[in-house]
Amino acid sequence: MKSVMSNKWVISLYVLPSLILILLLIYIPIFLTGYYGLMDWNGIGQMKFIGLENYIELVQDKKFWQSTWHSLLLGIFSTLSLVGYLILSLILASKIKGANVLRKIYLIPMLLSSVAIGQLWAKIFDPTNGMLNRLLVLLGVENPPLWLADSNIVLYALFIPIVWQYAGFYIIIFYAALKNVPEELIEAAKIDGASPIQIAYKIKVPLIAGVIKVMVILAIVGSLKYFDLIFVLTGGGPNGASEVMASYMYTEAFNKYNFGYGSAIGFGLLVICLVMTWIIQKLLSSKENVDF
Amino acid sequence: MLKKKTVATFVSAILVGLLALAGCSSSSSTKESDADGKKVIKFMHLWPEGSSKAQFSIVKDVIDEYEKEHKDIDIQTEILNPDQYREKLKVLASSNELPDIGMTWSDGFIKPYVEGNMLAPLDDIVEKDPDLKDSFIPGVKESYAVDGKTYGLPLELNISYVFYNKEIFEKYNLEVPKTFKEYKNVVKILTDNGVIPATVGAKDGWPASFWFMYLADRIGGSTILTDVIKGKAKFDDPTILKAAEEVQNLVDMGGFVKGASALSNDEAKGYFMNEQAAMFLTATWELPNYTTSPDVPQEFKDKIGYFKFPIYEGGKGTDINSYVGGPGVGLFVAKDSKVQKEAKDFVGYLIKRWGEKSVIDAGVIPATKVDTSSMDLSPMYIEILKDLSEASNVTTYFDTQASPAVAELHHDLVTALFGKQVNPKEFVKQHVDELAKEQK
Repeated sequence: MKSVMSNKWVISLYVLPSLILILLLIYIPIFLTGYYGLMDWNGIGQMKFIGLENYIELVQDKKFWQSTWHSLLLGIFSTLSLVGYLILSLILASKIKGANVLRKIYLIPMLLSSVAIGQLWAKIFDPTNGMLNRLLVLLGVENPPLWLADSNIVLYALFIPIVWQYAGFYIIIFYAALKNVPEELIEAAKIDGASPIQIAYKIKVPLIAGVIKVMVILAIVGSLKYFDLIFVLTGGGPNGASEVMASYMYTEAFNKYNFGYGSAIGFGLLVICLVMTWIIQKLLSSKENVDF
Repeated sequence: MLKKKTVATFVSAILVGLLALAGCSSSSSTKESDADGKKVIKFMHLWPEGSSKAQFSIVKDVIDEYEKEHKDIDIQTEILNPDQYREKLKVLASSNELPDIGMTWSDGFIKPYVEGNMLAPLDDIVEKDPDLKDSFIPGVKESYAVDGKTYGLPLELNISYVFYNKEIFEKYNLEVPKTFKEYKNVVKILTDNGVIPATVGAKDGWPASFWFMYLADRIGGSTILTDVIKGKAKFDDPTILKAAEEVQNLVDMGGFVKGASALSNDEAKGYFMNEQAAMFLTATWELPNYTTSPDVPQEFKDKIGYFKFPIYEGGKGTDINSYVGGPGVGLFVAKDSKVQKEAKDFVGYLIKRWGEKSVIDAGVIPATKVDTSSMDLSPMYIEILKDLSEASNVTTYFDTQASPAVAELHHDLVTALFGKQVNPKEFVKQHVDELAKEQK
């Protein structure tokens, strides 16, 4: 067996199937997207090569930068919400009663499809018949906000279901990481007279720093390319107030039949995601060294 | 030894995989005739049995009839729901593999396909057949024409009316408004009594545009919006600006359901179906809900009436029988079809049979004239079909006539107009800019 594995041909054969799949499904489409971005194309007829025109337009497009800002805002919110998830997971992992049941409850939104969640929250946010405004009226609020119709608050109203949707995912990963923290360390700390908060802050959190770092990257990159609930609930409206990069790309490519420009947006999205990931990794790697 | 065997296994595994891939691509090649020597016509449509049972059954019956009459023809259908259909058609078009017969929407939708030289002109079907020639409602077929040739034959026609709840109107002693002033009065009385006057799903854009289009039609005359598309008039015409202002006046009066710009058409419809809103401006595709649909209680259906959009005092559109509406789907024949002659013959046949069956079986208003005398129809259908025969004009929906980019901008702007994120001046200006970009 050893001789088989040392043969380069065999190794490349083993690698080949997944290499072909990755090439076909990921790298070639990325390359093609960049290429279509050089075209004036409505998705049906002839493509016309127009050089970098789409990309130049993209850099100057106010709507694109506005949607980028919205995506970044979502990224910031998701990252901040990680603190909340971490606290919840710390409580769950500290052997309280019913932790198992609670964990399952938090996981439920993860099991629903985005479209179902969207329909659910559309009903909650409905300005007249919605659960939220009915409640506010009952509590004596005279003119409850119009949530999704008000361009000043629509984006923040949308963040609530998005944060809620992913709570279970982050909690379960934090929970698993916390469960892996060696029991001896915690017991030793207890003997030394550390309070539960000190244990959490000084021992548990530093020990799962690696996981936290991955979660931050996941949260930010996931936010930058986020699409589902925004598409279902507002479609980017009203008047672009909740447009994010991915929904802007969809509108251009599929509603306006600007496949060339839509591809350019997609490529821009990819570049922004890569740059952000690189920045975050730089920022976080220096911190890690201090902690240990 | 083992080494060789492993290599051989992998190579053969990959070969099998490649064969499977190759098999996928070759199976879609078109055949002219099937095993029995019959000519195969491929027909792709968008009425699946699950979601559009009535339409599905009509098409199926017509195909069965046709195949019985023409023993040498075999019509194979491929059925997708409308959204998937749009996507698939686009993909098939880009690889030049359109079905022999398919469905299309008018104006802005069909244009790229015609310009890509993919569809066959269908004027000869109509010219050849005297029954068909005079049967279309005037102006409908023309929506599928590019440069004077017709590339699609319409099946459906939708026109818009204001539907209203008679019980609410009676409760507050309201009369059906004939003029816009009377309409505003109705709105005022209803808001004073805490009733939502009208519901509209402005998030989707197009339902909100109905209000704008009708006001433009009444204030600027029935040709104004079509003229804008053709470049004969400008979108910043004072009458169009006036129409946009009147829309916002209604919004300011509380004339629409709160937060309309975040409601989809279906959500907005709920307010009307729950009798929370007194009026709903929508098109005739909703008719089954007010007449025949078994899912809606009869009590509710009895309460629903309709009226034509009121006349605007001092406006140029003085005829209340001018409607805003549009053809729904129509049929096309692919230019590269190997059975073009047979396909065209079937299209003509389907259009005729559809006109006879669609009202009764599916509650759909066909694009062809209907003889109601021998039909057992609910009164609302009979009245509307009568209206149609008296219609002086049907202005095709602005967003249907416009190019996809203009239509999308129009939807966004109408949503913003209802949500008061733009004022009427910006509303017309942004339209002018986008239209100018296009004509360059």
